[in-house]
Amino acid sequence: MASHVHAAPSRRRRSEGLRALAWLSPWLAGFAIFFAYPLASTVYFSFHRYDLFTLEFAGLDNYRYLLRDERVWLSARNTLWLVVFMVPAQVVFALALAQLVTRLKAGVGLFRTVFYLPSLVPMVAGTVAFVFLMNPATGPWNQLLALAGVSGPDWFGDPAWAKPSLTLLAMWGVGNLMVIFLAALLDVPKQLYEAAALDGAGPWRQFRSVTLPMISPVLMFSAITGVIYALQYFTQAMIASRVASGATDSPGSSFVPGYPDGALLTLPQHLFHAGFRDWSMGYASVLALLLFATSMVFTLILLRQFRRAEELA
Amino acid sequence: MRCVRLAVAGLASLTLVACTAGKQAPPSLGAQPKPSGSASLPPATLELWHGFSTDAEVKAFQDAIAGFTRKFPQIKVVAKKGVQDDQITQAIRSGKAPDVAASFTTDNVAQWCRSGAFQDLTPVIEQDGIDLSVLPAVSRSYTEFEGKRCTMPLLADAYGLYYNKDLMQGHEPPKTLSELTELTKKLTVRDADGDIKVAGFIPSFQYYENSPSHLGPMVGAKWYNEDGTSAIGSDPAWKQLLTWQKELVDWYGYAKLEKFRKGLGDEWGAEHPFHKGKVAMILDGEWRNAMIANMAKGLNYGTAPLPVADDKPELYGSGFTAGTVIGVPRGAKHPQHAWELVKHLTTDTDSLVTLSNALRNVPTTKAAMEHPKLAKDANFQTFLDIFSHPKTSTLPASVNSVFNQEAFSTFLVEWEKGAVADLDAGLKAVDKRIDDKLKLSGG
Repeated sequence: MASHVHAAPSRRRRSEGLRALAWLSPWLAGFAIFFAYPLASTVYFSFHRYDLFTLEFAGLDNYRYLLRDERVWLSARNTLWLVVFMVPAQVVFALALAQLVTRLKAGVGLFRTVFYLPSLVPMVAGTVAFVFLMNPATGPWNQLLALAGVSGPDWFGDPAWAKPSLTLLAMWGVGNLMVIFLAALLDVPKQLYEAAALDGAGPWRQFRSVTLPMISPVLMFSAITGVIYALQYFTQAMIASRVASGATDSPGSSFVPGYPDGALLTLPQHLFHAGFRDWSMGYASVLALLLFATSMVFTLILLRQFRRAEELA
Repeated sequence: MRCVRLAVAGLASLTLVACTAGKQAPPSLGAQPKPSGSASLPPATLELWHGFSTDAEVKAFQDAIAGFTRKFPQIKVVAKKGVQDDQITQAIRSGKAPDVAASFTTDNVAQWCRSGAFQDLTPVIEQDGIDLSVLPAVSRSYTEFEGKRCTMPLLADAYGLYYNKDLMQGHEPPKTLSELTELTKKLTVRDADGDIKVAGFIPSFQYYENSPSHLGPMVGAKWYNEDGTSAIGSDPAWKQLLTWQKELVDWYGYAKLEKFRKGLGDEWGAEHPFHKGKVAMILDGEWRNAMIANMAKGLNYGTAPLPVADDKPELYGSGFTAGTVIGVPRGAKHPQHAWELVKHLTTDTDSLVTLSNALRNVPTTKAAMEHPKLAKDANFQTFLDIFSHPKTSTLPASVNSVFNQEAFSTFLVEWEKGAVADLDAGLKAVDKRIDDKLKLSGG
């Protein structure tokens, strides 16, 4: 009798647990299929020589090769440059545009639309257009600069200017981020500004002590997503590089990614190239793990910094 | 509880399906020898993937296929245009390979052959008694790897010198590198600031078709040793080429040359500098003849073999060649039918002549090159001669073909801008990069 009494709740608990598991199963299946399995596979392949068709155990060969591969450090430096310069430039510019829109007395809708529109342009089309517009010989950009007496640089053709040119392209397309900041800015209670003004705070002090703390979760979100986006930066760099170089793949001649002088070679491009052009999937898996680890490190650092900033505020 | 069981059962069956999928062996080419010929094959629909994309190219290819379907009326061919190598590889991996696939480059031939992604054609070539000596040795070499003939050459590209007769000031095209240098200096026009207005010849490795593969044959340079390791650092021919090239770059001034190069029009458009008289001599493929006919009708130009090293006159007349390759991927549903199509497209003289006349590429068999219906003038004949020259070379098949070209090209950019102090050490470093990668790929 006593065992029956205890068995019933235990069965019920197990049944509830299984039911919960069943309800969770879509998420668990998604997590397993789209994250755990690919990650485990990547780790597995990183210890193999894998040319997409044949698999052979290679021990630590792929990891050793990582240390000898000059292009990986070049691409990592370029990617780091984008994280350090392009992401802050995008965030600051988007925030400035959002601030501007909130302060406009007239034509708010028009300016909001104008600032947002570039983000609707397909990435490839926007990049190709930028390269053509900034062509040092035939593009109107330098011709306009020449009218002002400035000799424009070889934007996408000069290693020193290639990444800043990509940053300009990224800033041009910050419409989505601007809309997010706009929503965050409009959400800040007006009373806080009124109270700050009564206390004698000027516009800069109000921005520093009211706006920034109030929108810090949005800032954190934009910084983290921006960093992850920069770490995965691929399409624009690849297209700009290819269009600016004018190179095509023809028999006996293949395009070297990263033109000019490797300045636009990002880590994801190097990874893609190792896997899908060089057929070295094992080594590409090592690069993918490196990219994953880097993303995790950056995300943790940013989370910690923002938490600290929130605590100080 | 029932839903849990259902979920578990579903997952288990999915797993089973996933594990068994793809285990069924696809039919293999030549495994069951069948007599070749129109009557012996049952009806089938073949899927053919190719890279041709413009309307004119696609029509020309369809015309060539029509010749096949006239011979084999029971076989229908469905062609898919604009396909890249990546798509072919992915399709083979996923078990959805087409019956026949063609590629514009030879860069992946080694990988396709080694991995078995494309089927070895040797058994059916022997079975049908095809004499491969109808193809020049160089074409045979870029379509096979390690004894496996997994592709056949469809059409070829040959590279030579184009010169603008109006800009040549009565000079004959150069035959040696010294003559090329001398003529370049004579024909180059600069403005008062020293900026280049017309270039005699652009020596930059970054200029359109001036890749090391295309320029290497001018000095008889070798890419690989017998064991597949890099010969770039040890073959003095490369040093000879680079030294000549750098002297000419320095004569222009790297900055001036780069400024000129970056302001030039699109290689594939009407604004090409050769069409516009901005460059007197260029290295280019035979296809430029067709482009000039379409885009620069009045251009008074001629063609010649590339100039060669002064101490290697025997190389004159040769050049670089490579081309479109075609084969039967692993997993093809109708491999024997597919082979008949490949055989027709690559060895049938009428088919090759039709394709060559329409696309203005070099036909690959000797019979097609000598066929009276092959449209050729003196400018096109130059490339037929280069293609059949015994010393004409190609970029040998390598499992790291793309990587090796990139490794060398990256170094060449540093070299021509003057960032390399020690050429020997630089070339050795290129060797090391290529050999390290070879080791990583399993030798």
